[in-house]
Amino acid sequence: MFLRLSRDNIRGLLLIAPVMTLIIGLLIIPLILVVITSFGSRSPDGNVIYGFSFDNYRRLLGITPTGFDPLYLEILLRSLWLALQTTVAVIVIGFPLAYFIARASPRYRNLFLFLVLVPLWTNFVIRIYAWLMILRNQGVLNSLLGWGASLLGLPFQPLDLYPSDGAVLVGMIYEFLPFMILPIYTSLEKIDDSLFEAAADLGADALRTFLRVTLPLAVPGMVAGTILVFVPVMGTFIVADILGGRQVILVGNLVQRQFLDARDAAFGSAAALILMALTLVVTIFYTRRFGFGEEIVSA
Amino acid sequence: MPEYAVELRDVSKRFPGPSGEIVNAVKNVSLQIRDGEFFSLLGPSGCGKTTSLRMIAGFELPTEGEVYIHGRPMGQTPPYRRPVNTVFQNYALFPHMTIGENVAFGLEMKGVPKAEREKRVKEALEMVRLPGFEKRRPRQMSGGQQQRVALARALINHPEVLLLDEPLGALDLKLRKEMQLELKRLQREVGITFIYVTHDQEEALTMSDRIAVMSGGRVLQVGPAHEIYEKPNCKFVADFIGETNLLEGKVIHQHGRQVEVLLAGGLTAHAESDQSLVSGQQVFVAIRPEKMALRPYDGAHNVYVGRVEEVVYIGTDTHYTVRLAGGQRVRVREQNDDPFSRPLANSGDEVRVYFDQTPARVLTE
Repeated sequence: MFLRLSRDNIRGLLLIAPVMTLIIGLLIIPLILVVITSFGSRSPDGNVIYGFSFDNYRRLLGITPTGFDPLYLEILLRSLWLALQTTVAVIVIGFPLAYFIARASPRYRNLFLFLVLVPLWTNFVIRIYAWLMILRNQGVLNSLLGWGASLLGLPFQPLDLYPSDGAVLVGMIYEFLPFMILPIYTSLEKIDDSLFEAAADLGADALRTFLRVTLPLAVPGMVAGTILVFVPVMGTFIVADILGGRQVILVGNLVQRQFLDARDAAFGSAAALILMALTLVVTIFYTRRFGFGEEIVSA
Repeated sequence: MPEYAVELRDVSKRFPGPSGEIVNAVKNVSLQIRDGEFFSLLGPSGCGKTTSLRMIAGFELPTEGEVYIHGRPMGQTPPYRRPVNTVFQNYALFPHMTIGENVAFGLEMKGVPKAEREKRVKEALEMVRLPGFEKRRPRQMSGGQQQRVALARALINHPEVLLLDEPLGALDLKLRKEMQLELKRLQREVGITFIYVTHDQEEALTMSDRIAVMSGGRVLQVGPAHEIYEKPNCKFVADFIGETNLLEGKVIHQHGRQVEVLLAGGLTAHAESDQSLVSGQQVFVAIRPEKMALRPYDGAHNVYVGRVEEVVYIGTDTHYTVRLAGGQRVRVREQNDDPFSRPLANSGDEVRVYFDQTPARVLTE
């Protein structure tokens, strides 16, 4: 078999060549290297000894020579649970905001969208440090509460908000909220006003119009937003590092520490691949169930 | 006092415009629409016809005045409590529901049990000649089919009045003609009052029992098709409905309905009016092209000399553009009943134009 190259084929290949080079060079090859590394082990001086053993994967699943140790499985489950909580929270917070923007007069819509995006101009890490300043013991929130309590003459004990799981969740929600607001906004903004009028005309009050028309037509946005939020939350380590005070360990932290602190690239690679597989499985399951929503929109 | 299906009493609607100014969309409109009538609101875009319809549906509330449906004042009643249903210009079918779910929506909101809903959806789809389409999605259907679904979705609720907002606007000409007949048939079948908004005068003339011609937020004339066409009451209606020749002039004198008008170039015209006019008043004499003749006949009240400028053959008829001695340019339409369709005159010929007094209407601005 050989590929018949017509002039058009050559032209097409030339056009996609730069992109393909990038994808192969910076994604496919590194990924293959990670897969190879994950079957190796760590030498005493921190280098990788290449080989073919499933030891790293056994360790991740908790199968050790001394018995079952669920340490890493707990990390995986904790990451999943946090990503789930974050996704649900950004939908709950983001939907009303997106709805408000989509229903605002066109003159203000762009201003509101701009305001949603403004925080993204500041560095990701700096924004998380800002939350540290707000949540820590002598932070902004506790100072405000203490000041309020002293005005009312109440005794005040600073709240232990940082470091904690809750602080990590707050940080995640804050970081990823715009990525839910924007796709939901896009879905809502596309709904023709006449559909709301048609629902009202056929006897649906505001609540039933919302439940039967607005909400179902916003599903594509929520699906897209969920993928945009869930996947990065699964892998992010900075938020947990800063707001969890190095006590909240997620898969992302595990991978980072194996590479940088423990210098066990082989185990880190295995953890990274497990994270990827987990994210992929959840995403595939999710899109199988809800689709990407396009079948609803393309009316 | 007869009870009307819909009555608008002195209704006005003002909107804040895009740059803060006030837009008077509807000005002191009063209409009485009879039970079982096919009633059209006809006018150019921006004339207030759609706003009037939306006030009946409840999507807009009148700034002044009141809308009555079968004698009941609607006041602030929201759309979902009004006994009317609407067919929207863009159909407004719910894209995430099947055709069956779309059509059943109104019944579902009323709490009709599922078994009965399904039975009535089946009947409604049969009525609009789309049997068995329940499981389809709106996007799988053509514009004409979507239009029928929109009709079924509205009619299944047995509304007291069906409101139609330019429902055929998006369809091509052939389909539009078919749907016009279909709508007329449906209206006779279900016996529901139809209020039909359109800017297409031909559509309004073919379908309606009565027509209200609107312009600039006001109702100019209400009447059956032939009355609107034959006896327009103002220059706008004469000009908007069909083709008409408007000859500017001044009233010489009026005797009952008969009016003598002095046209430019010293011509006099004999015409009729229902209004009482004063001598010297600025008026227009409106005369339809088909009421004018180039063939001489006895007893014509008006005969003018002119020169043919253009001859356009359109099959059944020929249109002659004639410049009259007074400088006015008129269009005369003559039937091609000659076996060889030979033209009655050629470009440049001197001709005489004849017309009677009765079809010539004296109109004011």
